[in-house]
Amino acid sequence: MNPDQLLFTKTHEWVAVSEQDGGKVVTVGLSAFAIEALTDLVYLELPKVGSQATAEEPFCEVESVKAVSDLYAPVSGKVIAVNDGLPNALETLSDDPYGAGWIAKIAVSDDSELDRLLDHAAYQAMCQEEA
Amino acid sequence: MRNTYDTQLLFELSQPNRRAARFPACDVPVRPAEELLPSSAVTSIPPALPELSEPEVVRHFVNLSTRNMSVDTHYYPLGSCTMKYNPKRNERGAALPGFLHLHPLQPDATIQGMLRMLYELQGYLSEIGGLSACSLQPAAGAHGELTALLVAAAYFRDRQEHRTKVLIPDNAHGTNPASAAMSGFSAVTVQTHANGLVNMHDLAEKIDEDVAVFMMTNPNTCGVFEPEIRAIADLVHQQGGLIYLDGANMNAILGIARPGDSGADMMHYNPHKTFSGPHGGGGPGAGPICVTEQLGSYLPVPVVAREGDRFYLDYQRPKSIGRVRSFFGNTGVLVRAYAYIRTHGPDGLKQVAQNAVLNANYLLAQIKNILPVPQGDRCMHEFVATAAELKRTRNVSAMDIAKRLLDYGFHAPTVYFPLTVQEAMMIEPTETESKEMLDAFAHTLAVIVEEDPELLHHAPHTTPVSRPDEVKAARQPILAY
Repeated sequence: MNPDQLLFTKTHEWVAVSEQDGGKVVTVGLSAFAIEALTDLVYLELPKVGSQATAEEPFCEVESVKAVSDLYAPVSGKVIAVNDGLPNALETLSDDPYGAGWIAKIAVSDDSELDRLLDHAAYQAMCQEEA
Repeated sequence: MRNTYDTQLLFELSQPNRRAARFPACDVPVRPAEELLPSSAVTSIPPALPELSEPEVVRHFVNLSTRNMSVDTHYYPLGSCTMKYNPKRNERGAALPGFLHLHPLQPDATIQGMLRMLYELQGYLSEIGGLSACSLQPAAGAHGELTALLVAAAYFRDRQEHRTKVLIPDNAHGTNPASAAMSGFSAVTVQTHANGLVNMHDLAEKIDEDVAVFMMTNPNTCGVFEPEIRAIADLVHQQGGLIYLDGANMNAILGIARPGDSGADMMHYNPHKTFSGPHGGGGPGAGPICVTEQLGSYLPVPVVAREGDRFYLDYQRPKSIGRVRSFFGNTGVLVRAYAYIRTHGPDGLKQVAQNAVLNANYLLAQIKNILPVPQGDRCMHEFVATAAELKRTRNVSAMDIAKRLLDYGFHAPTVYFPLTVQEAMMIEPTETESKEMLDAFAHTLAVIVEEDPELLHHAPHTTPVSRPDEVKAARQPILAY
C-alpha cells in the first residue's frame, strides 16, 4: 500500500480506513520509521480477536533486541481480525510494513476519532523532528 | 598444559562415578525414602548431575572467572549502574563471625550486635535522604519501589482516598512503571525534554486528585539535576499526591542534597550502586527505603527498634503493610553498606559525590568532541552521548562502538538507554577512576569512531565469543543443556 494513502498516529502506527457492513474498519500496522528505530524485532504479541481496543491505549506489544514497546490503538473499537502468521515471520514487518506486515483490523466505534490522525506528510515532518 | 575447562560445560566434562567427596558411613538411623515420602515424590531415576573431581570443578569455575569483566579487572563506565570500586575492607566486615554465623531464628538477645548495626544503618540512610523512617527489608531497588508504592497505597486507603494513577517520566527506569502496575496503580507517562528534565507543562496537565504518586529520578537518567524539583513537589503535594524518588543516582548528591529537603516523601537506595554492595549475579541484594514521618507507620514489619540499651525486631505496628521479605532481608549487603558509610563518614561521602561529578564532567568535556552530548556541557555523575550522526553518516551504531571497546580492554557503557536519546551511550565514570584512565577511555573512543565500519560491525574480535546473534538468541533461546 502507498503510505501517502494512509493515516498515522503520533505513536507510529499506520491506519488504512475501509468500509465494511456499513461501518468503518481500520487496518493497523507499524510505520517503516518505527520498525527501523526498533532495530531487530524478536517478538510480537498480537491483540485477541474480539477484544476491545481503546484509542491511545496500549493494545499489543512488540519486542526488539533494544526494548519492549507498546503499540497504541489508533481508534476505539472491537478487534475483528489479526495477522496470525506475523509473529512467526517478523521479517515481514520490515520487508512490507504497509502491506503484508499489517497487524490487526479494528471495527471503528467512533468515526470522529479518525480526525485526530496525521496524514503521511504531517507524520514524516514529525519523524524528521524526532530524528 | 591442556586448559579447556572454560569452554566445556560441566556436563561435557562429567565421567560416571567420579567424585569430589566421599561421605562417611551414616551414624544416625536410616530409613528408606519410600517410608518418608509419598510415592509421587519418589523417583527411581537418579538426577542427571555432572560427576567430577574437585580440581576439575575448581579449574572450570576459576577459568570462567578469568574471562569475566569486572570492576576489579577493568574500567567499567556502565551508566545508571554506578560501577564503583568496592573496598575490600567491606568484605572483612561482612565476614566477621558475629555477622556471618548468625541464624535468622536466634532470639533478639543473642544478636544484639547485628541489630545495633541495622538500627544505626536505618538512621544513617534516613539522615542521608532527609527523611525520618527507614525499612531495610526490600531485597533489591525494584523491590524497594514496589514496597514504597504499597506503603503509599496503604496511606491513601487509611485516608479513604481512592487514587488510581502513578505518573512516571518517559525516561524513567523500566522498573518504575512495573512497580506501579504491580502495586495496583496505572502508570501514566509524563514527557521530558531532550536533557531529560520534566516537561512542566505536561506534568501540570496530567496532575490531578487521582494521582497517588509522582515517581522521579533526580538527578535524572541523563545525569541532569532537576532545577524545578521544588515546583514539581509543590504541584504534586497541592493535589494531595506523594513524591517518590528513585535513588539510583544518589551517588551524585551524597552529603550535598537530600531528597527529603526538596519534597520527596519516599525513596529507595541501591546499596550496590551508592554504597559499594556487590554488583550483579542477580542477588542477594538490598533496596532499603526511607519515608516521611506520616508514612512511617505503614512500613513493612519488622523494623529494628531500640529500648534503652536493647535492640529488638518490632512487629507491633498495626498499620504496617506486613512482611515483604523473609527474616530480615539480605543483611550481608547491608553490612557492606554500613561499612562503606562508616569508613567515609559525612565528609567522605560528600567527597565521593564531588569526585563522581568531577570525573563525569571531565570525561564529558573530552567525549563531546567525539560523540555529541545533547544535554549540554555540564552533568552530574553521568551523561548520555549519541552515535545517531555516526549511524547516519558511517553506519556505525552505539552497539558497534560498545562491542569494539571490549577489544581495547574496557567494559562498554550502557547503550540504548534512555530510549529518549537516539543511539544512546550512557557513560558514568564513578569517583574511583583516575585522570589517566579517563584520558585512555576518551582516546580509545576517538580511535574507534575512525575505524573501518566493517571491522566494527563484527567486533569484538578478541573475546572467547564474538558478537552473538542477538535476534536468534531472543527468538529461539536455548535455556538448558
